[in-house]
Amino acid sequence: MIQPMAHIGRPELRTMPGAAPAKFQVDSLSFFYGKTQALKDITFQIPEKRITAIIGPSGCGKTTLLRVFNRMYDLVPDARAKGSVVLDGEDILTTTKLLLLRQKVGMVFQRPSPFPMSIRDNVAFAPRLLGWKSTKISEIVQQSLERAALWDEVSDRLDAPATSLSGGQQQRLVIARCLAVSPDVILMDEPCSALDPVATLKIEDLMVQLAHDYTIVIVTHNMQQAARVSDFTAFMLMNTDHRYGELIEFAPTADLFNQPQDSRTEAYITGRFG
Amino acid sequence: MRRSVAASVDKVAGPPAAFPKPPDRYRTFTALVSWAAPASLILIVAVLILQARPAITRFGLNFLIGTEWNPVTLNFGALPAIFGTVVTSAIAIAIALPVGIAVAVVLAEPGARGIRAAMGIGIELLAAIPSVVYGIWALYVLAPWALLHLEIPITEHLGFIGFLSGPPGQSSLFTASLVLAIMILPTLTAVSRDVIRAVPRGLRESTVALGATWWETVWHVILPAARAGIFGATILAVGRALAETIAVTMVIGNRFEIPHSIFSPAYTLASVIANEFNEATGDIYPAALVELGLVLILVTLTVNVVALLLVRSAQARVTI
Ligand SMILES: Nc1ncnc2c1ncn2[C@@H]1O[C@H](COP(=O)(O)OP(=O)(O)OP(=O)(O)O)[C@@H](O)[C@H]1O
Ligand SMILES: [Mg+2]
Repeated sequence: MIQPMAHIGRPELRTMPGAAPAKFQVDSLSFFYGKTQALKDITFQIPEKRITAIIGPSGCGKTTLLRVFNRMYDLVPDARAKGSVVLDGEDILTTTKLLLLRQKVGMVFQRPSPFPMSIRDNVAFAPRLLGWKSTKISEIVQQSLERAALWDEVSDRLDAPATSLSGGQQQRLVIARCLAVSPDVILMDEPCSALDPVATLKIEDLMVQLAHDYTIVIVTHNMQQAARVSDFTAFMLMNTDHRYGELIEFAPTADLFNQPQDSRTEAYITGRFG
Repeated sequence: MRRSVAASVDKVAGPPAAFPKPPDRYRTFTALVSWAAPASLILIVAVLILQARPAITRFGLNFLIGTEWNPVTLNFGALPAIFGTVVTSAIAIAIALPVGIAVAVVLAEPGARGIRAAMGIGIELLAAIPSVVYGIWALYVLAPWALLHLEIPITEHLGFIGFLSGPPGQSSLFTASLVLAIMILPTLTAVSRDVIRAVPRGLRESTVALGATWWETVWHVILPAARAGIFGATILAVGRALAETIAVTMVIGNRFEIPHSIFSPAYTLASVIANEFNEATGDIYPAALVELGLVLILVTLTVNVVALLLVRSAQARVTI
């Protein structure tokens, strides 16, 4: 029997799970790196303005799945996806408006990669590429840094090189950089795995804040983190016979952790929680 | 005392505290080797100064600004050769740098590994061709081609700009620069490619994830991130261009004057030395040639120092 957990899911949402409309409709998604299949027949819906966590053992395809949502896999030669992933009525697997898609769907990586330029220029980077006016941009820089809970720490040194920030600050800077073009969705791939516990808590708080306005999808190895911040959780596992990743269970976080429907989910979460 | 510190470090950091020191003999040896480089530079300069002494005492600083090179009246000045050396190298870099970086960017792209690897090896092999072979090729192939397809059209259409005016000739400052550009291209490309490849993948991915095009990613993030390394590659290339002797001598025309146009014959420091050392007799003449060698070292050092300072000041910031 599984111990019921004290704090699962965000408190304000625990009363109304599943009430959100779908942002991404993933339908029979399969993914291939060349000839090797990495994902098989994944079907689920990512709700809007909620935090969805993707968990599962290493190598089961979490990152691969996440990188479908902004077509990052285009950078990998020979990678291709089958099925459909509909975002706002358009199938992103076949869309040709990639730049627009990536503007709408921002991504935060495991390791923060500040550009070799000042803090200000980092945040202003994407708006400048879009050719926005400079008065508007300086407003956006402040807004984005405020939303990323970094403004107070850097407002007096916006022209310092971004690499001079601490790891946790860099990760928030990267979040600010991605907020600057007002995305709808933020994808995060293990955003806290390179951070200490305090910085991790800050990012988690921030995610909860951001979920009021943004759809957030987070890949995490840390099940406590998934339990703490997410509203919905997807559990993935690698099929041992065919070595592709499958979606085993997708449910409101509280349900998935307290009453897993699949025995493999139960094995995984109990194994980890001891 | 030391032992206890080591022990406490041990507890925190684990095994590395027991990292063995290199044996003494090895350290003495490496110290000697590392001192040998600056020592030999000083030694070489000292010998050159000794050899050049008659010319140094006779001409003083006028040697650097004199424009005459007359073995009959024994009046020697190095300015035209300095000019030729600096200008050929500058033009060569101006041509080779954009081409080299563009090729390097393409070679560093992921994907189509086979083709890119083959191209990469080809480019590296180009660096192995002896410069005298480049010289022969330039004399018979490049110079006539450049005259017909570059020099004549340029002088016809842009001849009103002083330094691009005619008459064009096969042996010219420009032809020499072109050979130099081709000679430094392989190293420049190969090193830049490696540097660009070493740019963290996360940087490229983050840029793409922000909705940047391939071009924007390369221009605004990858090249700035690789800047220091590309600069290093450029310095290497400049060093090679400044010192290149044979290939330049074969196509530059060997005329000791500051040309009005880049399509006129000229001379470089290295070429003068190579051409005239055999027949230099007496006291002053060989000394003047040795002093040209000193000036060449000086030019190279100056270029390197200026480059270093440039890097330092540019390191501070980049923006888009
Ligand atoms: N660029 C690639 N080319 C080929 N195969 C890849 C590539 N990236 C990932 N894979 C393979 O796809 C499978 C899923 O990888 P993925 O990175 O999505 O796993 P993950 O769940 O994110 O793992 P982790 O938790 O360790 O990050 C693995 O078997 C991996 O070897
Ligand atoms: Mg991963």
